[in-house]
Amino acid sequence: MDWANKGTAMANLTINGKSFNVDVEPDTPLLWVIRENVGLTGTKYGCGIAQCGACTVHVDGVAVRSCGMTVGDAAGKQITTIEGLAAGGALHRVQLAWIANDVPQCGYCQSGMIMAVAALLKDKPKPTDQDIDEAITNICRCGTFQQVREAIHAAANA
Amino acid sequence: MNQHVTPKLSRRAFVIGSAAVGTGLAIGLDLPFGGPGVVRAADGSPEVNAWVVIRPDETVVIRIARSEMGQGTLTGLAQLVAEELECDWSKVTTEYPTPGQNVARKRAWGDYSTGGSRGIRTSQDYVRKGGATARMMLIQAAADEWKVPASECTAASSVITHTLSGKSTTYGKVAEAAAKVTPPADVKLKDPKDWKIAGRPIKRLDTADKVNGAMTYGIDIKLPGMLNAAIKDCPVTGGKLKSFDEAKIAGMKGVKKVVRVGDTAVAVVADTWWHARTALDALPIVWDEGDNAKVSSESIAKWLAEGLDSGPAYVGNKSGDVTAALAGSAKKIEAVYNYPYQNHATMEPMNATALYTADKCEVWCGTQNGEAALAAVLEGSGLPVDKCDVHKTILGGGFGRRGQTDYVRQAVEIAKQMPGTPVKLLWSREEDMTHGRYHPITQCKLTGGLDADNNLVALHMRISGQSILFSLRPEALVNGKDPATFAGLNESGEAAIGYSIPNVLIEHSMRNPHIIPGFWRGVNVNHNAIYLECFMDELAHAAGQDPLAFRRKLMASKPKHLAALNAVAEKIGWDKPAPQGVSRGLAHLMSYGSYVAAAAEISVTGGSKIKVHRIVAATDPGYAVNPAQIERQIAGSFVYGLSGLFYGGCTVKDGRIEQTNFDSYDSMRIAAMPKVESIVMPSGGFWGGVGEPTIAVAAPAVLNAFFAATGKRIRSVPLRDQNISFA
Repeated sequence: MDWANKGTAMANLTINGKSFNVDVEPDTPLLWVIRENVGLTGTKYGCGIAQCGACTVHVDGVAVRSCGMTVGDAAGKQITTIEGLAAGGALHRVQLAWIANDVPQCGYCQSGMIMAVAALLKDKPKPTDQDIDEAITNICRCGTFQQVREAIHAAANA
Repeated sequence: MNQHVTPKLSRRAFVIGSAAVGTGLAIGLDLPFGGPGVVRAADGSPEVNAWVVIRPDETVVIRIARSEMGQGTLTGLAQLVAEELECDWSKVTTEYPTPGQNVARKRAWGDYSTGGSRGIRTSQDYVRKGGATARMMLIQAAADEWKVPASECTAASSVITHTLSGKSTTYGKVAEAAAKVTPPADVKLKDPKDWKIAGRPIKRLDTADKVNGAMTYGIDIKLPGMLNAAIKDCPVTGGKLKSFDEAKIAGMKGVKKVVRVGDTAVAVVADTWWHARTALDALPIVWDEGDNAKVSSESIAKWLAEGLDSGPAYVGNKSGDVTAALAGSAKKIEAVYNYPYQNHATMEPMNATALYTADKCEVWCGTQNGEAALAAVLEGSGLPVDKCDVHKTILGGGFGRRGQTDYVRQAVEIAKQMPGTPVKLLWSREEDMTHGRYHPITQCKLTGGLDADNNLVALHMRISGQSILFSLRPEALVNGKDPATFAGLNESGEAAIGYSIPNVLIEHSMRNPHIIPGFWRGVNVNHNAIYLECFMDELAHAAGQDPLAFRRKLMASKPKHLAALNAVAEKIGWDKPAPQGVSRGLAHLMSYGSYVAAAAEISVTGGSKIKVHRIVAATDPGYAVNPAQIERQIAGSFVYGLSGLFYGGCTVKDGRIEQTNFDSYDSMRIAAMPKVESIVMPSGGFWGGVGEPTIAVAAPAVLNAFFAATGKRIRSVPLRDQNISFA
């Protein structure tokens, strides 16, 4: 294969309200562009196949596993990462509930967990346990689920 | 075909040996300002002693040698130091002294190894002394300034007071003088019943950065000019790298170098990891897989099964005459169980960043064993210990995997081929899943004998399978025997069996397949607890007795085991009927110095869909430094343990691990999470661990409940292979 002719393109990304021009192959996963080209490392690599949810970000307000979306498909859309969840410097109510309930253990999956929960609460401000079971499918190997559930309800009632 | 793994020298022994010939002061720690004898932190603040630095603004910096991987040890150790220090908890922050500094300072911070649920229990004594010593030095400094006896001064919340004169000062004001005080020889520690900071369910110190993306894990390290590496190690352990065709990826974007890593692996170094990985996937590689490529799960299972009945075996626990007692028993019950390989699957895949120059080699990584990681840097770089160091980050999960240093060694070997350029090595999830240090594989044949009155008179357990110590710490074998294999089954000690049975024989036929084993959260108790506690249920059933009543009769001389079991039985309401459609199971065990028990309530639909409604779990760890964090460790251990029971199990085909990602090695999601009710019941007088003990009882409690629900006894893990799943 003639690798040199495998083209790159300038993609314009809007991340946390800021515009970034990145020169990458259009099929590069959004996750890696966020982490390596833009330099925001709060979004984590866990599996690369959209199974674990550690890389969850918001794309036009919807929770998306960024390892499974190409930068080409993300161009022109509003992307929010964990670093941009706190609006105007004030922590999001999910972040506050996470602190109040002492949720994270190792914390590695929590960026994605928090982003998934923030999107859920936008759709369903008072989610039932069943809503949570259906919407939150992120893997946490430390096993913080009990505190995650408590904190979701706390955030919903905040 | 099933080859033994060659034992290696202990890396820890090596680094301590190296330390003896190492020289020099801690680099970056002893800055050239300040008075003689005062050791200073990097920001110039005085060290009162190795554990405590106090800044002029009253910030109390507590040094933590053990690693934080989510288990809360960092907060717990800080609580213990702060308790004795009598400092203002709201002013506490922490830092990790590097392993290199520890070596240079004659191991001032003791053991860095963070495994075996030892983080707090085996360092509580010296960290508390560290806090108490610093407090006495601070008080002495104030007393010297006031020209009064130190015995007339008291300290509380970082304020020192001389009651008679009404004078008071703060830790921040006297820290400089305290650093010059000769440390007291005699230090008295508080009685835990007087604790004010320790023993309380206070919040973790490290949460804020975990909710906004600011926490820096190893994978997030950025250094100027840093490149990124992706690696493939031979898919068959024991095989070698034969060749690779670099020309085929020539010109791929961002690629800087393709390097051999040892005899077995190849790495691509590129500007970004995505480029490195993409190029590595395109790189044609030829492996010399060797004889291990003939090994499969079936061949391993056959080899282990042979060990259940024949060949030599190490004896772990023996009393009476099992053979005679079984022969004379009125009823003999026999069963064979097995437990598979398990991958740790930490959420953060293995990674390390290394910078090598001709006279220095530094590594940044998450590790459960800073000193072993330092030894790996020495070995990989060939440099002496005073020219190497490891900068620890928080771990995105450890569970035992990051006690091994294979990934550190690889990073150094790559960086050594690019002197002056920092290189971050990151494993893909696929590399991580297929090159783990797996929970060992075992089978177990159990034979029990009941007398005419249905009393258990004999128990024979013969475990056949893999030894972790044989592969990873052969120096810890005792005349060839791996004592850790018998965790939870020993006659006495920190992992003692909870039953008095007149005739017992527990033995281990050691068989070591080529798959490298490792310490997987809970380690040997994961299978031993299933074997013992599910079989106790089988015996109770054969005796026609209630599983709780049957156990209790054998536990009269094991009061702490019994107390934990009774606690869960009472809380789950064992003496009352379960809710409609719900069945219950019990299990208990002692390991890592703690007594634990669990009771599960489950329902089963269609014989194969399990809903775990409720878990009651008790632990008696002797002392509870932070009950809130203990509750989180208990709940988390059920997620890890039940994930292993339902979804786990790594299988071997053509010598390699078949599961490559979370699609084939799944993990529990929130929908399957039972309500976990924890009972933290510290009885005092001993220090037990917390992170691991309760994982052991997760699987057997659920399996025993499954039998109660269905009448079907499951003796094989994982349930996935028997088409049983979460509802």
